[in-house]
Amino acid sequence: MSSPDRFSSKNAPVVGTAVVNSPAIRVQQLCRHYRMGETLIRAVDGVNLEVRAGEFIALLGSSGSGKSSVLNLIAGLDRPTSGSVIVHERDLAQLSREELAHYRLHTVGMVFQSFNLIASMTLAENVELPMRFAEVDRAKRDSLANEALARVGLEERKNHRPSELSGGEQQRAALARALINRPQLLLADEPTGNLDSHTGTEIMNMIRDFNQQLGMTIVMVTHERALAERYAQRLIFLADGKLVGDESNSAGATEKDYPRAETDRP
Amino acid sequence: MKLPDLTELALRNLRESLLRNSLTTIGISVGVASLVAMLSLGIGLQQLTSRRLMKSGLFDTVVVTSRRDLRNFGREEERSGPAPAESRILDEPTRQEIERLPNVSEAYPDIRFITELRYEDKPHLTMVAALPTSAKSSDAFETVQGQFFSSDVAPEAILQKAFAEELLGKTPKPGIDETKVAELAAPLMGKELTMRYAQRETSKSASSAEAADKTTSGDHSVSSAAYSVVSREQKLKIVGVADLDPESMRGPTRARVFLPLGLAESLHVMQPTDLREISRAASDQPVYSSISVRVKNPSQVQKVEDAIKKMGFNTFSILDASRSIQQFFKVLDVFLGIFGSLALAVAFIGIVNTLVMAILERRREIGIMKAIGASDGDIRKLFFAEAGAMGLLGGIVGVALGWAIGQVINVGTNIYLKSQSFPAEHFWSVPWWLVAFALAFSFFVSLAAGLYPARRAARLDPVQALRYE
Repeated sequence: MSSPDRFSSKNAPVVGTAVVNSPAIRVQQLCRHYRMGETLIRAVDGVNLEVRAGEFIALLGSSGSGKSSVLNLIAGLDRPTSGSVIVHERDLAQLSREELAHYRLHTVGMVFQSFNLIASMTLAENVELPMRFAEVDRAKRDSLANEALARVGLEERKNHRPSELSGGEQQRAALARALINRPQLLLADEPTGNLDSHTGTEIMNMIRDFNQQLGMTIVMVTHERALAERYAQRLIFLADGKLVGDESNSAGATEKDYPRAETDRP
Repeated sequence: MKLPDLTELALRNLRESLLRNSLTTIGISVGVASLVAMLSLGIGLQQLTSRRLMKSGLFDTVVVTSRRDLRNFGREEERSGPAPAESRILDEPTRQEIERLPNVSEAYPDIRFITELRYEDKPHLTMVAALPTSAKSSDAFETVQGQFFSSDVAPEAILQKAFAEELLGKTPKPGIDETKVAELAAPLMGKELTMRYAQRETSKSASSAEAADKTTSGDHSVSSAAYSVVSREQKLKIVGVADLDPESMRGPTRARVFLPLGLAESLHVMQPTDLREISRAASDQPVYSSISVRVKNPSQVQKVEDAIKKMGFNTFSILDASRSIQQFFKVLDVFLGIFGSLALAVAFIGIVNTLVMAILERRREIGIMKAIGASDGDIRKLFFAEAGAMGLLGGIVGVALGWAIGQVINVGTNIYLKSQSFPAEHFWSVPWWLVAFALAFSFFVSLAAGLYPARRAARLDPVQALRYE
């Protein structure tokens, strides 16, 4: 586990081939309804979706289409009103709160539009925080956090607090944190929403690297169709909580068309 | 999450809102300090009182009187025992028997009589009492000027301060008595007192008549009581002056001159009881009006008393009085504890408030932690740890503060006492168990205060919490 090449591409094909072709995520008749006063809001209303392991999909839709709700349900942050989310053959709806926390800790990594780093902690502390919850020893935690920060090119800023960093750097730190427990699933909620286009590209290239080199399954929520077309292998369209389109996108599979940002090291 | 991580994160979070958490911690400190201060005052006063009372020898002494002693006749407790006429007399074999009882360290006769003492040819009438050698270690003679009796039979006397004043012709001033014992002792030491007393002398003939009667009639009680009373004189050397509290337990029968017990016994001073016993006394053996029994440990007084009662004597100890004193202090402790705890109760609310505020403030942070894998338990433990850390810190500071307050009051009061020419007293006591108790109490009170906030934080919906700005 603590081998220095943990985040390098060498191991990736092994992880990838092991689970490829079996659906990593199966969403069946998924509903999430809220009651707001008198009105019932159907944020997610009967969505069916399968995501293969190692696939990079984008959930597209306007605001209020239910794309973030679907992501939260897959992340185990929310529970469906009805239907099921089955990740690696486990139905999240059947898990206890404790098991869901364990699932979020070990199976899922998340990045958000607003980075969501903890302001009172340094980057290194932010990145190693999930390992504290996983009760990893301090020494191992330190070396893994350093490794993860090196991978996103932030090893020199590890003792800085998030407020001392640019948006792009914060999002890179958030990516390092999402990777730290070696999840199979990366869920990204508008990861470039708060970034300029250059920095956004940098972040997206990293996410694609995780997908291609580490074999991670990626579900990204975005409202920018162009961005989704550049990176995702499949585009899922949502409107009013319903799935209204499912297109495969061959462009997303290749990376050679797009130059890497210089900070993105293999 | 592991405990070191938990502690580290908790302390970090406490540092983040330093002012608010410091204020809350100070609140706890004040609560703990008031609790410690109140309780240590209670404990200190109790120790002071029992130290004084124990040293006075009142609590480990049982006074034994014969049921024949009709002074007490008609009291309820006597009715349960054997009839006074059938009960035993207090004589030397009885004394030895009592002394052999378990937990009894010594039993000695109470010899006290009123007699005339001459000093420089002036007569002084006073109460004289005999003291066993063991009295040397009692509190009353700790402050004796001069020395204790050189032996149990030495013709020596220790004077009570008031009597010394009388001998020197000094009248005690009303109000605060400022005469120093040392001043009184200096001119009297080594001087001679002449004690005149009435000696009870058994007539030889009566004694042999008794023996003769015994064989013939068996009615010996009247004839055996024959004795004569002879006036005698005994010279005594003054060896010490004691500063005894004139209002002690004995009240009006308090002695002002003390003799060694062995000497007093050998004098065969006519006792008031001898007259009462005149029709019954069976032999020339000395009969004591009462015997003082020293018990090894005050807690065994009741047992010893019961044993002596079974032998057919009346007993008296101050145990009942001491019980009510102990009860008083228990009640006092409870009240002081309640008042001390009030401040801690306010601190309790302060902790709840601080943590509830912290939840509102750190709502998003809690959401993030949950999103990256923190369980409800992790969040709950984190808030618990924060509450516990505040409690422990507050407890430590509070104990120190309470101790300091106690010291200040102690020193202040002693300065006042000294200015009023009273000896300094240590009436403030912070025993180690109180420190441990205060720390544990503040820790657990804080944890209890953290219960609700921690639960609330743990149940926070992560989706809602992440949406919160």
